[in-house]
Amino acid sequence: MTTDENSRSNVSLKERATRIRRYALRMGEVQGQGYIAQALGLADVLAVIYFHAARMRPEDPEWEGRDRVYLSMGHYAIALYAALIEAGILPENELETYGSDDSRMPMSGMAAYTPGMEITGGSLGHGLGIAVGGAMGLKRKKSDSWIINMLSDGELDEGSTWEAAMAATHHKLDNLIAVVDNNNQQADGASQEMLGTEPIHEKFAAFGWHVQRVDGNDIDAVVAAFDGAKAGEIAKPHVIICDTKMACGVPFLEAREKNHFLRVEPQEWAEAIKIIDEGRIS
Amino acid sequence: MIASLAADGMPVIAAPFGQALNELAQSNDKIVGLSADLAKYTDIHVFRDKYPDRFYQMGMAEQVLVSAAAGLAREGFQSWATTYAVFAARRAYDFICMAIAEENLDVKIIGGLPGLTTGYGPSHQATEDLAIFRGMPNMTILDPCCATDIMQATKALSAYKGPAYMRLLRGNVPDVLGEYGYQFELGKAKMIRDGVDVLYISTGLMTMRVLEAAKKLAKDGVDCAVLHVPTIKPFDAATIAEAAGKTGRLVITAENHTIIGGLGEAVAAELMRRGVHPTFRQIACPDEFLDAGALPTLHERYGLSEDAVIRQTKNWLSE
Repeated sequence: MTTDENSRSNVSLKERATRIRRYALRMGEVQGQGYIAQALGLADVLAVIYFHAARMRPEDPEWEGRDRVYLSMGHYAIALYAALIEAGILPENELETYGSDDSRMPMSGMAAYTPGMEITGGSLGHGLGIAVGGAMGLKRKKSDSWIINMLSDGELDEGSTWEAAMAATHHKLDNLIAVVDNNNQQADGASQEMLGTEPIHEKFAAFGWHVQRVDGNDIDAVVAAFDGAKAGEIAKPHVIICDTKMACGVPFLEAREKNHFLRVEPQEWAEAIKIIDEGRIS
Repeated sequence: MIASLAADGMPVIAAPFGQALNELAQSNDKIVGLSADLAKYTDIHVFRDKYPDRFYQMGMAEQVLVSAAAGLAREGFQSWATTYAVFAARRAYDFICMAIAEENLDVKIIGGLPGLTTGYGPSHQATEDLAIFRGMPNMTILDPCCATDIMQATKALSAYKGPAYMRLLRGNVPDVLGEYGYQFELGKAKMIRDGVDVLYISTGLMTMRVLEAAKKLAKDGVDCAVLHVPTIKPFDAATIAEAAGKTGRLVITAENHTIIGGLGEAVAAELMRRGVHPTFRQIACPDEFLDAGALPTLHERYGLSEDAVIRQTKNWLSE
């Protein structure tokens, strides 16, 4: 599907994001758990990637001409499955199997399990290095496809991320877009209290990247950032730092104490879905 | 320092890995090479110089070295990534495990200075790399003995589509197995010479050592067989058990590696599983951080020299 084809259905990106949130909540309800705060926070970015920025053919997830969307933070799998369902790459009825035995949708994203899951993520700090090789490979093939590598802000703690950042510039990988989900939350607390990674913008700039920092829950801003990266005018690797709000779209979860693994009571999944259905998106 | 691996008068071949890779690259344009600031010291400089546009210098950054190798493999290339064995096994382990092995990608990791092949001390002596990689699912693991073995193993690895780790002897590498009419086969142990008193089951450069020892022991009336096991994984347990099951032979494993988790323990476990119980001894490095110093001295100190092999064998035969 080209970008033009992506938009043929006249479904707005805002509606795509809403549906992605809804699918993620339904998966959370099935399992009674999941990294739902991250999924809700990233839904707008995913809507832009899958329905505006990335070139793909839902009926052929391995189409050679596709843009490769890597999920480095494997625990966000619930979010990616939701996007893949909305994109028509995964069937909606498989949603019920999320996290279950023999499911194609395990709790952490793995390439061998799921159509559309490009890499095995989860060991954090891996995706950007693989993306460097992928971008090299695309250039070797003289392909005009892109690598879009999503990573979490916590992965900025990993030395391997910065090895990869240096390598991307050194090897002139202007076909690579890193998307940092900057929700300022890690396993043990607020990201900046774990290991100070700010100023993120200046760090990437110093490593030779084209840097944009946007409100990751502002769809128009995210669209503009991807358009800016893919315009082909800046011969550098591109990073889009997306400041996102954990649990975005479900006010009572947004208000809950910030936690890497957000506590959701059994009856709250349905309540959250109801809020989404009523269009009460903050 | 590597040249000191060769006994007096042994023929040597320069950069056998690099030569073999170049030969392969001529007919396979999917082959790409990468190194982490050690091209010159892992013989891939030969490839770099002939195919500069197919070689990636990744700098002293082993994590992105192997991750990028994985990314290239994802796009259909066969990646050959070289560094020292210590850095591949210790520093890049998680990246090799998850980005390459778990995804079963066609990446070959080449580790220089395996075991005790440098006198620089523990920072450079990869005495536990086989133990580390044996635990990694999907990995094929090779420890070739000499130049002929390396050249043949490199070709076999290229024909095999999957992740692999190969220990590398670099520079002017002794050529030993050529004279025995040897042919490397992936996953196969090969009987290099037969004998009735002792069965050496050996890998890597220790095959070179036990072959030389066997010649000298023959003069003392000790008849030694040598079974060379260049593929540590998958393990040719059937051939090993059959050879070890021939009664009356003292079985001695010999490896350039710590006594823990390498060839010797792999053989012992397989023999136990199969109910084969010969008298069994191991030649290997001790479970210690080894000394720095001159390589011949260290090989003598830790039992890997030809003289030490002969001495240990005679002692065990007289027990």
